[in-house]
Amino acid sequence: MQPFRFDLCELPGETEGLREEIRAFLAEELPRIPKVTRAQTWSGSDAAFSRKMGAKGWIGMTWPKQYGGHERSFFDRYVMLEEMLAAGAPVGAHWIGDRQSGPLLLRFGTEEQRQKILPRVAKGECYFCIGMSEPDSGSDLAATRTRADKVDGGYKVNGTKLWTSGAHTAHYMIGLFRTNLDPQNKHAGLTQFLVDLKNTDGIAIRPIKDLAGNAHFNEVVFQDAFVPDGMMVGTEGGGWGQVTAELAFERSGPERYLSSFLLMVEMIRELEKRGGAEGAREIGRLVAHLVTLRQMSLSVAGMLEKGESPALEASVVKDLGAIFEQDMPVRAHELLGIEPLVGEGSDYEQVLGYLTQTVPSFSLRGGTREILRGIIARGLGLR
Amino acid sequence: MNELQTILSDSVNGLLAERVTKSLVQKAEEGEFPAALWNEVEANGLTRVLVPEAEGGAGGTWADAAIVLKAAGEHVAPLPLADALLANWFLTTAGIEVPEGVTTLLEGDFTLDGGKLSGVAPRVSFGRNARYGVAIAKGEVALVSLDGAAIEHGINVAREPRDRVVLKGAAATAKKAPLPANAMRLYGALIRACQMAGALGYLSSQSVAYANERTQFGKPIGKFQAIQQQLAVLSTQAAACSVIVDYACAQADKRGHDAAFEIAAAKIRVDDASSIATSIAHQVHGAIGFTYEHGLHFATRRLWSWRAEFGAGREWADELGRETIAAGADALWPRVTAR
Repeated sequence: MQPFRFDLCELPGETEGLREEIRAFLAEELPRIPKVTRAQTWSGSDAAFSRKMGAKGWIGMTWPKQYGGHERSFFDRYVMLEEMLAAGAPVGAHWIGDRQSGPLLLRFGTEEQRQKILPRVAKGECYFCIGMSEPDSGSDLAATRTRADKVDGGYKVNGTKLWTSGAHTAHYMIGLFRTNLDPQNKHAGLTQFLVDLKNTDGIAIRPIKDLAGNAHFNEVVFQDAFVPDGMMVGTEGGGWGQVTAELAFERSGPERYLSSFLLMVEMIRELEKRGGAEGAREIGRLVAHLVTLRQMSLSVAGMLEKGESPALEASVVKDLGAIFEQDMPVRAHELLGIEPLVGEGSDYEQVLGYLTQTVPSFSLRGGTREILRGIIARGLGLR
Repeated sequence: MNELQTILSDSVNGLLAERVTKSLVQKAEEGEFPAALWNEVEANGLTRVLVPEAEGGAGGTWADAAIVLKAAGEHVAPLPLADALLANWFLTTAGIEVPEGVTTLLEGDFTLDGGKLSGVAPRVSFGRNARYGVAIAKGEVALVSLDGAAIEHGINVAREPRDRVVLKGAAATAKKAPLPANAMRLYGALIRACQMAGALGYLSSQSVAYANERTQFGKPIGKFQAIQQQLAVLSTQAAACSVIVDYACAQADKRGHDAAFEIAAAKIRVDDASSIATSIAHQVHGAIGFTYEHGLHFATRRLWSWRAEFGAGREWADELGRETIAAGADALWPRVTAR
C-alpha cells in the first residue's frame, strides 16, 4: 500500500554538543567570506577551509580510525553537514571525497588504496571528482564509451568525460570506464577506476564556463592515459552496481534541499526592513516546506545509519528538494521584485544574482528530475 | 510501529476498509448517518485513543492517534471520528468523563455563565447527528448535550454535515483545562491535516491502480512516461504530507502544547499538496473520475473542504511567516534545528 517508508528520525541528543561546536567555529570563520561566496556552499572550493575542517575531525567522520576517520555516527555527520550548508560554509573542495568517493573506497577499494588516500582526504588535503557523464552519455549512463583497454600492468584509457565538477582542483577522479562491450547488455562491462589526475600523462582538463561565467565543471580528455592495475576500484565489470549503490548517499543529504537556503535567509532580512507583515505568507509557506524536507532527509539518514538502502526514498527527497531550491529565486522575485546583480549590490541582490543563474542545474546534477521520477514510478509499480 | 500502533492500524483499517463502501458513503451524502458503523468505531475504542486507560481509553499518544486519523481520511469515513477523538481528548484534559455516543467539536464563540453555555458554532461537523458537543470558553472545556439545541443544517462540498449550532444557556459540564487559548483551532488543524494526509495517500494509490488498469493505445496508461511523471509527483506530495503530520504529532507528544510551529507547518504543507494532488488524480482518471459513479471524488471533495477548515494554509502561513520575520533572519535555522 505505502510505496515509500519514511519513519521519523530524531537526532540523538548527544549531537547537540557537536552542533554548538560547529556554530562557534563558523562564527569565527565565516564573517570574512562574502555572502555571495557563501551562497555557493558545497560548490565553493576553499582548500584552507577544508584543511581546517580536517583538523577539526569533520571530514571522514564516520570512517574507521585506521584510515584517518573518526568513527562517529551518521547522525554526527548529518549535523555537521546541515550546519555547514545552512551557514554557507565553502565545503566544496573536499565534498565529493567525503560524501562519495571515500565511502566508495571503504566499500570497494583495495587496502592499499584506502591506506594511501583516505587519511589525506580526512585531513582535507586530497580532493575528488566523479567522471561519469560523457558527450553522449548523460542520463543514459550505460552509454558510457570512454574505454579502458587492458595492457601490460594496467589499462590504457581513451575517451572524454564531460561536466566533471571540480576536476581542475581534484587530485583523483573516480572514473567509470568501459572495459568490455556487450551490445546486448550495456550495463555490464563498466568498471570504476581511481585516476591520479596530477601524475598521469595523457589527461587534458579544460574548464567549461557555465552560464554565470563560473568554471566549476570541466571536460576531461583521456588520450592513451595509463592507469595501473592497482587503481581499479571493486570488480571489473561491476561498475554499474557500485555506482547505483552510491546514489542513496548522493541523493538524500541536506544539500538536496538547502542549496538556496542563504537566499531564504536574505529574503527574510529584506522583509524585516519592510516591517514584517509584507511577504509573511510566502515565508510561512517556505518554512513549512523547509521543515518537511528536513524531516524527510533525516528519515533517510536514519535508514542509512541502520545500514538500509533507501534508494527510492532518496529519489523522493531529491525531487522535492530540487523543486524547493529552484522555487526560491522565483518566490524572491515575486515578493521583492528586486533585480538580481552580479559583482556589485547588496548581499541580497548578489545572492539572488548567483542563485537565479544557478538553480537550473539543481534538477540536472545527481540525476535529472525526469530520471528521478522514472525511478519513483518504478517504485510505484508502473514500470 | 509499536504494539498499540499495530493493533490500532489493523483495527481501524480493517473496519473502515470493509464497512465504508461506496454505497455507505453515497447514503451518507443523501443524509443517512451510518449509525451502526459509528457504534463499531466507538466499540473498537477508535474515538478514545487519547483517553487514559483508567478512563476506558487506549492511553495513546498523538503518534498513535495519527494512525486512526489518517485512516479516517484514507477511507473517507463519513463520520465525525476525528472530531470525536479530539473532543474526547479535550474532555480528558479537563478531567471530564467521556460520554458514549456521537460527540463533536463546537468551534465558535462561546461564553460560560454559572455552568450555562451560550454562543454560536457556525460549521459543526455532523452537528445534527451528534448527541454531545465540546466547546472551549475562556480556558474551560465544556461538554453539552445537543438534544434540543437549535441546529440549522448545512453541508460542505463533500456533503458532510456542517451545521450551525446555537446554544442559549445550555446546561454544561465545564472545567478549567491547561490548554492554549487557540486550542480548538490549533488541534483542529492537526486532526484535519492528518485526515488530509490519509486522503492524499488514497489519491496516490488509487491513481496508480487506475493507471495500471486503464488501457489506451494498446497498453495501460501507466506505461506512458507522461503519466508516470505525473504519478511520481502525486506520490511525492503524499509522502511529504505523511511525514509532516507524523512529525507534528510527534512534536505534540514531545512538547506538550508547544507544537504550534509544527502543526502550522503541517496544515500549510497538506493544503499546498492537496491542490497539486487533486489535480493530478483527476487528470490521470480522465472522464470516469469526474463522474459521481466513480468514488475518486469522495476523497478530492473532502480535501477541497478540509483544507479551509481550522485555518486554511494561507492563514497558518501568515502567522508562521510573521513570527519568522519578527524573530529575525538569523533565528530561522536555530529555530528549525532546536525542535
